[in-house]
Amino acid sequence: MAKEQDDLLEEVTGSGYKYGFVSDVATDMMVKGLSEDVVRAISAKKGEPEWLLTFRLNAYRHWKTMKMPDWGQLKIPPIDYQDIIYYAAPKQEAQKDWKDVDPELKATFDKLGIPLSEQKSLSGVAVDAVMDSISVKTTFKESLAEKGIIFCSFSEAVKDHSDLVKKYLGKVVPPTDNFFAALNSAVFSDGSFVYIPKGTHCPMELSTYFRINAAKTGQFERTLIIADEDAFVSYLEGCTAPQRDENQLHAAIVEVFVEKGAQVKYSTVQNWYPGDKNGLGGIYNFVTKRGICKGENSKLIWAQVETGSAITWKYPSTILKGDGSVSEFYSVAVTNHYQQADTGTKMIHIGNNTRSRIISKGISAGHSSNSYRGLVKVMKTCEGARNHSQCDSLLLGDTCGAHTFPYFEVANPTAQVEHEATTSKVGEDQIFYCNQRGISAEDAIGLIIKGYAGDVINKMPMEFAVEAQRLLQISLEKNG
Amino acid sequence: MALLEIKNLHATIEGKEILKGIDLTVDGGEVHALMGPNGAGKSTLSAVLTGRQNYIVTEGSVRFKGQDLLSMPPEDRAREGIFLSFQYPVEIPGISTVNFLKTAVNEHRKYKKLSPYTAGEFLKILREKMELIGMDNALLNRSLNEGFSGGEKKKNEIFQMAVLEPSLAILDETDSGLDIDALRLVATGVNKLKRPENATIVITHYQRLLDYIVPDKVHVLYDGKIVKTAGKELVAELEKRGYDWTK
Repeated sequence: MAKEQDDLLEEVTGSGYKYGFVSDVATDMMVKGLSEDVVRAISAKKGEPEWLLTFRLNAYRHWKTMKMPDWGQLKIPPIDYQDIIYYAAPKQEAQKDWKDVDPELKATFDKLGIPLSEQKSLSGVAVDAVMDSISVKTTFKESLAEKGIIFCSFSEAVKDHSDLVKKYLGKVVPPTDNFFAALNSAVFSDGSFVYIPKGTHCPMELSTYFRINAAKTGQFERTLIIADEDAFVSYLEGCTAPQRDENQLHAAIVEVFVEKGAQVKYSTVQNWYPGDKNGLGGIYNFVTKRGICKGENSKLIWAQVETGSAITWKYPSTILKGDGSVSEFYSVAVTNHYQQADTGTKMIHIGNNTRSRIISKGISAGHSSNSYRGLVKVMKTCEGARNHSQCDSLLLGDTCGAHTFPYFEVANPTAQVEHEATTSKVGEDQIFYCNQRGISAEDAIGLIIKGYAGDVINKMPMEFAVEAQRLLQISLEKNG
Repeated sequence: MALLEIKNLHATIEGKEILKGIDLTVDGGEVHALMGPNGAGKSTLSAVLTGRQNYIVTEGSVRFKGQDLLSMPPEDRAREGIFLSFQYPVEIPGISTVNFLKTAVNEHRKYKKLSPYTAGEFLKILREKMELIGMDNALLNRSLNEGFSGGEKKKNEIFQMAVLEPSLAILDETDSGLDIDALRLVATGVNKLKRPENATIVITHYQRLLDYIVPDKVHVLYDGKIVKTAGKELVAELEKRGYDWTK
C-alpha cells in the first residue's frame, strides 16, 4: 500500500520552477576568484569611502582564517571560493526615471510579477529591485522621502547617508560573526537601506526583490533597516534565480535595529532555484539575519516562507535588549526532491520581561531533509523572560527527513520557557477523503498544507499571503 | 436506465479476492440496505465504487447514470454524484468544515461548468442546510473533524451530504459508535434528504439504523457475494436468526 501512496505523492510533488529563465542583459563582470585586489576593486567600483574599504579588508582577512560551519544537518559539497565571480552588474545603474530603464530589465521584473513602474505597482508597496550585484530601481523613493523615510539601495545610502550607515553597519552582525558573514562583509555589493524616523508609521510595505541572473556568480547583498523610536515598518524580501545545472552562492546579511517603542516586521518569500528533481543545480542560500530590539517595548517580527534553494542555512535571530521588548518568529520551510534546509532562529533574552514566540512549520517531500534549529537563551540578569516555541514537521512520503534541534540556555530562574513539537504525515486517507468530496489529489495536498501552514501564512503581509500560499503549492506540485 | 448497475463485480486487495461476483441494481428513489457479517466485503464494495486506490477490479462492470464508473478517477465519481459517508471520517487540521465544503462545492460546480459560488451565495446554502440537519455553527468553523466526538463526525458527514446533494449516497456503518440520540438525528437528516431521483445504500451490521431509515430492499453480502435479497422484513429475520441460514 505504501508503494502506491508514494507514487501518488511523487506525482503530486514533482516540481516545476517557474522563474528559471535567463535575461539577456549587458553585464559588467569582474574576474573569477577572491583576493584583496578583488575586495579593493569592488570598493573602488562603488566609489566607497576609506572606512568602508577598511571594513571590507578586515572582514576579508578574518574570513581567510575561518572555516565553513559544519554543524548543520546538511551535506554541503566542497565550494571552491576561487571559482566564483564576486561582482556582476547589469551595465545600467539604477535609474530615477522609469523611461530610462533598460527594456530587458523591465521585461525581467515584469515576468517575475514585480512591477517597477509606480503606476502599475501593487497598491501600497514600494520595491527595491536588485539584479545580481546592484540595485536597478527603487520605486516610491521620493514620496517616502517626504515623510523623512529613507528607502534606497545600499550603495546610495553609503553615498548619501554615510553617517547612518557607518553608525549601524556591522553592529548587530559583526564581520567576524561567522564564515558567511565575514565573506559577505568583504564582498557585499548592494542591497537595501531603510530608515524610518522617530514616530513615523511607514505608509506602505517596503520590499526588496533579489534576482540572480548572471552565471558563475554569487550574490552578496546587505540589508540594513533602522526603525527609530516609535516608528513602524513592514518590509518584505523576495528572491528568484535562473535554472542552471551549477550551484550558485547567495550569502546575505540582514541587520535590523529597533529603537524604543518601534516595531519592525520582516517577511521573506525565498524562492531561489531549488535544483532539479535529481538534485542538480540550485542556490546555496547561506544567510545571516539578525535584529536587535534596542529600546524598551520594541518589537521585531520575522515571518518567512522558504520554498527555494538547494541548501538553506539561515537563522533569523533577535537580541531582546530593551526591557519589555518582544520578538516573534514564524516560519514555513518546504523541501522537495534533494533540497536541504537547516533553518530556525535564536532568541537572546537580555532585557527584563522580554517575550519571544517561535512557530516553525517544516514540510518535507521527496528525498529532502528539513531541520529546525533554534536557540532560546535567557541571560542571568534577565528577569521575567517568557518564550513559547512550537515546531511542527509534516512529511509527504517515506524518503524525506525532518529533524528538530531545539536548544535552551536559561540562566535565570524566573524565566518561563515552553517547547512543543509534533510530526505528522499527509495520509492516503486524507487525500482520498478529499477526492471523495470532489477535490483532486493535487488540490487536496494544497488544502492540507494550507491548513498546516495557516498560522504562519496569516502573518505575512496581506498582499503577499496569497502569493506565499500559491508558492507553497507550486513547490510541491507536479510538472506542467 | 438504472442509476447504478453492478454486474459480476470481482475485486482484490493486496492480491486477495474480496468481491467474488456482485450483481446489484439501484434505481432512483430507492433505499438499499447492505448487511452481512464482518469481512463479507461490504466496505470493500463502497471502496471500489468510490475509487479508493489499492482496490483492484479484476472482472465485471459498474455503470452509473449509464457511464462506465470504473474508468473515472475518484474525484470525478464524487462530482458525478456519488457520496460516501465514511465509517471513520478523517481530520484535516487548520481547515474549517466551511472552507473545506466551499472548496468541494465549487469543484463540483466547475465540473458542471458552473461559476463558483460567491461567499454570499455559499453562506445562504450553508444556513439552509444547517437548519435542515440541525448542524451547529460553531462546529462548522472548527478544523474539519478535529476533536469532534463520534456523533459530531457522523453528523458532519450527513451535513456534507446535504450540501453536496449526491444522486447516490453510500452510508458506510454510519451507525457505528453512535448512541441512540445521535443515531436518530443522523437518520432524520438522511430521511429529509430523500428525493425521488436519488438513492441511498445503507451499509450496516444492525437493525437499529434501519428502524429509522427504512429500506426498500435488503441484501445480505456473504463472502464476496450477495446471497439473499428481500424486502425490509428481512431485517427483523436477520436480527433474530443471524446470518448463517442465508448462506
